[in-house]
Amino acid sequence: MADEARKVFVPRDTAARSMGADDVAAAIAAEAAGRGESVTVVRNGSRGLYWLEPMIEVEAGGVRHAYGPVQSADVPALFDAGFLAAGRHALGVGPTEEIPWLAKQSRLTFARVGITDPLSLDDYRAHGGYAGLARAVEMPREEIIEIVTESGLRGRGGAAFPTGVKWRTVLNAKGAQKYVTCNADEGDSGTFADRMVMESDPFVLIEGMTIAGLAVGATIGYVYLRAEYPLAIRIMNEAIGIAEAAGLLGRSVMDSGRAFHLEVREAAGAYICGEETSMLESLEGKRGMIRYRPPLPAIKGLFGAPTIVNNVITLASVPIILAEGAEHYRDYGTGRSRGTLTVQLAGNVKRGGLVEIGFGHTLRELLEDFGGGTATGRPIRAVQAGGPLGAYVHPSQFDTPLDYEAFAKFGGMIGHGGLVVFDDTVDMGEQARFAMEFCAIESCGKCTPCRIGAVRGVEVIDRILSGVDESGNLLLLRDLCDTMVAGSLCALGGMAPFPVISVLDHFPEDLRAR
Amino acid sequence: MSQVYEPYRRPEDLGAPPVESATMVRLTIDGKTVTVPEGTMVIRAAALAGINIPKLCASDMLESFGSCRLCLVEIEGARGLPASCTTEVAEGMEVTTQNPRLADVRRNVMELYISDHPLDCLTCPTNGDCELQDMAGAVGLRDVRYGYAGENHLDAEKDESNPYFTFDPSKCIVCSRCVRACDEVQGTYALTIDGRGFDSRVAASQDQPFIDSECVSCGACVQACPTATLTETSLIEMGQPEHSVITTCAYCGVGCSFRAEMKGEEVVKMIPNKDGHANHGHSCVKGRFAFGYATHADRITAPLIRDSIRDPWREVSWKEAIDFAAGRLKEIRDTHGPDSIGGITSSRCTNEETYLVQKMVRSAFGNNNVDTCARVCHSPTGYGLKSTLGASAGTQAFDSVLKADVIMIIGANPTVAHPVFASQMKRRLREGARLIVIDPLQIDLVRSAHVEADCHLQLRPGTNVAIINALAHAVLSEGLEDRPYIEERCDLDAFDDWRRFILEERNSPEALAEVSGVPAEDVRAAARLYAAGPNSAIYYGLGVSEHAQGSTMVMGIANLAMATGNLGREGVGVSPLRGQNNVQGACDMGSFPHEMPGYRHISDAETRALFEREWGVELLPTPGFRIPNMFDAAIAGDFKGLYVQGEDMAQSDPDITHVSDALSSLECLIVQDLFLTETAKFAHVFLPGSSFLEKNGTYTNAERRISPVRKVMKPLTGYEDWEVTQLLANAMGYPMNYGHAGEIMDEIARLTPTFSGVSYEKLDRLGSIQWPCNEKAERGTPTMHVDTFVRGKGLFRLTPYVATQERSTSRYPLLLTTGRVLSQYNVGAQTRRTRNVQWHGEDILEIHPHDAEQRGIEQGDWVGLKSRAGDTVLRADITERVQPGVVYTTFHHPESGANVVTTDNSDWATNCPEYKVTAVQAYKVTRLSDWQLEFGEFTETQLEFLRKARTPADA
Repeated sequence: MADEARKVFVPRDTAARSMGADDVAAAIAAEAAGRGESVTVVRNGSRGLYWLEPMIEVEAGGVRHAYGPVQSADVPALFDAGFLAAGRHALGVGPTEEIPWLAKQSRLTFARVGITDPLSLDDYRAHGGYAGLARAVEMPREEIIEIVTESGLRGRGGAAFPTGVKWRTVLNAKGAQKYVTCNADEGDSGTFADRMVMESDPFVLIEGMTIAGLAVGATIGYVYLRAEYPLAIRIMNEAIGIAEAAGLLGRSVMDSGRAFHLEVREAAGAYICGEETSMLESLEGKRGMIRYRPPLPAIKGLFGAPTIVNNVITLASVPIILAEGAEHYRDYGTGRSRGTLTVQLAGNVKRGGLVEIGFGHTLRELLEDFGGGTATGRPIRAVQAGGPLGAYVHPSQFDTPLDYEAFAKFGGMIGHGGLVVFDDTVDMGEQARFAMEFCAIESCGKCTPCRIGAVRGVEVIDRILSGVDESGNLLLLRDLCDTMVAGSLCALGGMAPFPVISVLDHFPEDLRAR
Repeated sequence: MSQVYEPYRRPEDLGAPPVESATMVRLTIDGKTVTVPEGTMVIRAAALAGINIPKLCASDMLESFGSCRLCLVEIEGARGLPASCTTEVAEGMEVTTQNPRLADVRRNVMELYISDHPLDCLTCPTNGDCELQDMAGAVGLRDVRYGYAGENHLDAEKDESNPYFTFDPSKCIVCSRCVRACDEVQGTYALTIDGRGFDSRVAASQDQPFIDSECVSCGACVQACPTATLTETSLIEMGQPEHSVITTCAYCGVGCSFRAEMKGEEVVKMIPNKDGHANHGHSCVKGRFAFGYATHADRITAPLIRDSIRDPWREVSWKEAIDFAAGRLKEIRDTHGPDSIGGITSSRCTNEETYLVQKMVRSAFGNNNVDTCARVCHSPTGYGLKSTLGASAGTQAFDSVLKADVIMIIGANPTVAHPVFASQMKRRLREGARLIVIDPLQIDLVRSAHVEADCHLQLRPGTNVAIINALAHAVLSEGLEDRPYIEERCDLDAFDDWRRFILEERNSPEALAEVSGVPAEDVRAAARLYAAGPNSAIYYGLGVSEHAQGSTMVMGIANLAMATGNLGREGVGVSPLRGQNNVQGACDMGSFPHEMPGYRHISDAETRALFEREWGVELLPTPGFRIPNMFDAAIAGDFKGLYVQGEDMAQSDPDITHVSDALSSLECLIVQDLFLTETAKFAHVFLPGSSFLEKNGTYTNAERRISPVRKVMKPLTGYEDWEVTQLLANAMGYPMNYGHAGEIMDEIARLTPTFSGVSYEKLDRLGSIQWPCNEKAERGTPTMHVDTFVRGKGLFRLTPYVATQERSTSRYPLLLTTGRVLSQYNVGAQTRRTRNVQWHGEDILEIHPHDAEQRGIEQGDWVGLKSRAGDTVLRADITERVQPGVVYTTFHHPESGANVVTTDNSDWATNCPEYKVTAVQAYKVTRLSDWQLEFGEFTETQLEFLRKARTPADA
C-alpha cells in the first residue's frame, strides 16, 4: 500500500493556469521523481477560490487538503513539509471542504466542479453524473418538462425566463427538426461561471443538453462557445467524443432509441453574439445581427426551427434537478427566485471566485462575508451587478437580497451573476462614459438608438465632463437614455443606459464638469 | 383613367408585405376597427385603415426588419413600445399609434438620424421625394441638440461607377433596405453591411465599386432607398418628375409593368409598377434604365427613299415615301404576280401593329406571305403545345412558380434573359423548391447565391430529345407516372402507343447516355425528382425550340408533364420563356402565313368567312411564304418586294450571307424601324418607327398577359407605327380608317374568341388580362387546361430522337451554341444605344480551357470561328461555364457575325433555325474575317448614305 501513488490535484482551469498552475504541476512531478515519491498529478477543475489559485490539493486519509496560492518555487518546501500526507505548511488552508468560504456554499450545479477529473466519465458517474439522464430516458417528455418547471429554474444567462415554460413552448411548437442551443458566449465583465463548468465538469453540460433534447424532441444540439475560451473548446470537444463513444450521445442515447447529437461551434468573437437571436444568426453562419422578437426562438429559432436557447448554467443545473427531484432544487432560494445562484465575485475584491448559493442572501453578505471587502482595503464605492449593462449598485443598496425581483425594483439586475467591485477611487463619470463606449463598440448597428445613440452618449458625457452646457447636456443624456431604453431593438442598446442612469441617480457628483 | 395617368406621387407603401390566411383577425387601431388576415403586421393593418405610422426601414416589398424604431406603438397589455412593423396583429388587440410618449421617442430617434446627415436638403437630388425628409417633418423635429460636430459620415465618398445610379454614403441611414432588396427582391446578394455599430455602412460585394461588384444593376436598391443615398443618375440630372403614366416594358417576354415618371414629355425614370401583375414592382437593368435609345441621336425621324442600295438616301415627306413604297409594291405585284410581295412583322411590335401588318398583307397585298420573327424563336412552341394540349401558349401565370415544389429549367437562362421572373423563381428556390437544370451551359442558376441545382444534366447540344425521352423512360419504367390523371384526361390509345415507344430500350437513360453525355443515373435522379413533385413545373427557352427537333422536344416536354399529372393547376405546367416582349402576341395575332388571329388555320373556310365579312376582301385558303421561303424565292427571283416592320433579319437570322443575298435580290425592301438596322442597310424605303414610349398598343407576355403600352410622348416621327401601316395599306388601295389603337383591339376582340372580352377600357380597369378572356373567363385565365385540355383529351405524341446533321467532325470538331447576356437585348439595336454597352461592348467566344489549350488560345486572343456556312472572328473568353467540345457566343453586336456561322438547318415542322447547334472549328488568328472586313466597308458606305440624306444639300 505504501507504494500506492499519492494523488495531487492541480487545477487545469484557465484562471489557475494563468496564475502558474501548469508550472506548479510540472514542478510537483519533477520534484516527486527526484525524491522517488510516487505521485499522480490529477488536473482537476478549479474549486473557484480564485484568490487561492493555484490551489493544489492532496488526498490524505480520504480527505482533500488544500494549499494555496502555490507557485512552483514553493514546491520543494511543500515536499519538505510532507504535504503529500497533509503536512503543515504556511500555504496550507486545511481540509478543502472545511474552508468556510466553500463550506457556506450550496454547490448543486457546481457539485463536482474542482473535485473530479473533468474528462473522466467514471469520475463523473461516481459523483452522481448521468443519474438525471438515466431518469429522463425513462420519462415521457411532458414529465421531464414538468419537473424542470416545478424546480423553479429560471434562465441564468440574465433574462431569468422560466426554463420549463420555454421548453414547453419548444415541445408544443410544430417542426420536424428542433434544436437545443447552449449560449456559452460568456462575455459579461467579471463572469466566468460558464467557463468553469465547461472546463471543470463538461459532462454536466452535455447531460443537461441531452435531457433538454429528450424533453422537447430535439435531436441536434449546439454549444455556441466563446472563441476566447480555447481550453473550454478543447475540453468540451473531448468530452463530447467520450460521451459519444459511451453511447451517451448519438443515435440512441443510453439505448433509448432516441437520438441526440451535440456539436461545439466556436463563437464569432463579438459581445452581441451572446444575445440569443444574434447567436442564432451566427450559428447559421451569418453575421451576428439581432432578429426582432417575436417570433421567439422557441417557435422560430435556429434555421427557422423551434429552438431552446439556454445559458450554460441553466442547462448544467438540469441534471441534478432530474436526479434529485424538483423539490430538492426548489427548496433553495426565495420568492420567485428558486434554487441556487452562481455568483462570480470579481473586480477589486479581496476573495474573488465562484460562490454558488441559494437566492435570498444579501449583496452585502456576498461582498463582505465572501468577498472580504476590496483587495485594496479601501471602502467599496460601487458594485456593478449583472455585467456591463447592469446598474452600478450604491452601498445604500447593499442590503438588497439576491433575488431577481428585488434587484429589478431598484433598476438593477442579477443577470449572469457577475459582481464587479470598485473601491472609492473609482471615477463614476468615466464608468458612465464606458457604458456608452462599450455599447458603441459592441453595437451590431442594426437599430438607430443603439447605433447612433451610444456614440452620441459618449460625446454628451464628454461635453458634460468638460463643462460644456452641463445642465443642458445632463438633460439630453437623460433623454438619450430614455430613447435607447424605449427604442432599442435588443438588450444591448436597451440596457446600456442602466449603468449611466445609476450613475446619474446615485453618483451625480462624478458626472459634472471637472 | 386615374391609375394610368396621374400627377407624380410616391407609390403607397403599406410597410409590410401582404399575408395570405383564411383566418381573419379583428383589432382596434387608434379606435378604428380593422380586420386583416392572421399574420399581418400591425403597421400594414394600420395603413389599410388609413393610419400612417411613421417608418423608414419598413416596406411592403421587403420582409419586416425592425431597425429604424420610428414605427413604435403602444399596445394595450404589452410591455414597452413594440415596433408595429414586426408585431403581428392579434384578435382584440388595441393599438395606439400617436400619443405624447410615442411622439417623444420618435422625435428623439429622428434627432439621432439627423445628427449624422448632411443638411443640404434644398440642393439634394431627392428633395421633394425623400422619406427621411418626410419623417423629420412628420415627427416635428425642430432641433438637433447633439449638434453636428460629433462623429459622422458626412465626408464619405460617392461611388459614381455605375452608369445609371449614384451611391452617396454620406446620406445613408443604414436602414438596410437596399441590402434587403438585393437579397429578397432581386436574389443577387451583392450588397451587404460592412463594419458594425456606428461604422456600419452599405458595401457592394467585397467593398468594391458598384460597377466591379456582383451587382446586376436591377435598381431594386435604388427604388428601396428612402434617402438620396442610392439615386438614379437621371433624377440627379433632371429633378423630380411631375406626372407618371403606367405602361409596359418593351424588352423581354416577362412584360414588366412600369410607371414612366415624366417631366413633360421627358422620361425622368422608369419605376417598376408595384401593381404590375408580372413583375410586382421589380425590374432589371434593361427595363428600368436602358430607355435612352428612344432619344438617341441615331434615331431616324424622317422617311428616306432611294432607288438602289448603291445610292445615297433621300429624306422625303411621309406622303412621298408612302407613295413611293406603295407604287413600287404595286408595280412588282403587277409585273411578277401576287406572290412576289410580302411582309414580316416583329415580336418587338405591339399586338395592334402586328395584327395590322398581317391584315394588310392578306388584304392589300392579296396573299398570305406574312411571317414574324417568332419563326426563328418559338414557332416550335406553338406547334408542339397546340398539337399535344390544344393551345399554342404557356400554361401558367408567372406567379404559379411560387407554388412549385420542383422546377425544371430546360434550355433557358432566366437570370440573364428573363431576369425579373428569375428573381421570383430564385425566391421560390430559396424557400426550398428543388431545381433541375438541363442545359449544355453552366447557367447562373446551377449555382449562385442561396440557389443550387439538385441536378444539372449538362447534355451535348442537339440531344434534347434524347434526354426528354430518357426522362420519360425512367418515369415509365419505374412506374412513376400518374395513372389516374392520364386515364381521366388523356387520349389513352395515344398514351399506350407512346408508352410502348418510350419503353423501347433505345430510349432508356442507359442507352442514351453516350449520345447525350449525361450519365444514366443523373437522368433517373432527375426523373424521380420531377415525378415526385408534388408540383413540378417546366420552364424552357430557345434552347428547346431552336433545334432541328425543336417541335419534337416541345411535344416531349408536354408528354412528360401529362404523364406525371403536372398540368392544369397552379405550381405545375409547361411554360415557354418567350425571348421578346411580344412573341406570344405576335403569334396570337395571326402573323404566321398559315394562321389567322387566334391560331385558326387559313384553310378553315368558316374562319376565312368571318374575316372576309369584316375585312371586305376574299382571302386565299393556302398558306403563304415563311421567312426562309421568302429568302429562297428572293434569290430565285420570284419574290421581289418586302415590307418589314421592326425586324432585323440581317443580324438575327441564321446564315447571314444567305440572308444578305436574299435582301440584295429584292427590288423593293421597305423597312420600318427606329434606326438604320442591318436589314435597313439593304432597304429602298425607310419608314421611321416610333418607340414604345411614343405609341399606344398592347404587348402579350410569356404568360399570355395582355398589358397596355401607353403613349407618354408624341412620336418623334409624327406617327405611331400602326398609323404608318395604315397609310401604306390605304396607298395600296385597301382602305383602313382606325382613329386609335384601341379600335384595332376592338376588331381583334370581335374576330378572335380567346380575345372577345378584351378592351382598352377593361385593361385600364384591371391593369392587364391573361387570355383566354371571353364570356367564360371575364377577367382572363391565369392557368390553362384546368379541368380538361383545350383540345379535349391530352395527346401524347411520339418523339423519336434523330441526331442533327450538325455534328462534330474532324473538320468542325466543336459545337457552337448561342445565347444572351443580361445587359443586351436581342440584336442590341436598343441596348447598344444605351449605357448598357459598359457591360457588354462586344460579343465574345466562350471556350473551355481544354479546347483553348489544344489550340494555343489564350484569354482575350482573336479566335477564328468557322462553320460550313461561314466564318467570323471573336475574342476568346476561357471558361469552364462551357463543357469541353462546346463553344458559346451571343449575337448582340452585328459586327460579331455570330449568325454568319450559324447554318440553314432548321426545325422539321416549323423551320425554326437550329441556332443552338453549329459544328465549328476555332483557331487563333491575327485579323478579322473577310466577312467582317466586307461588313465594315458596307456599313461605312451605308452610314455615309444616311449622313448625306441628313446633311442639307447646300453643304
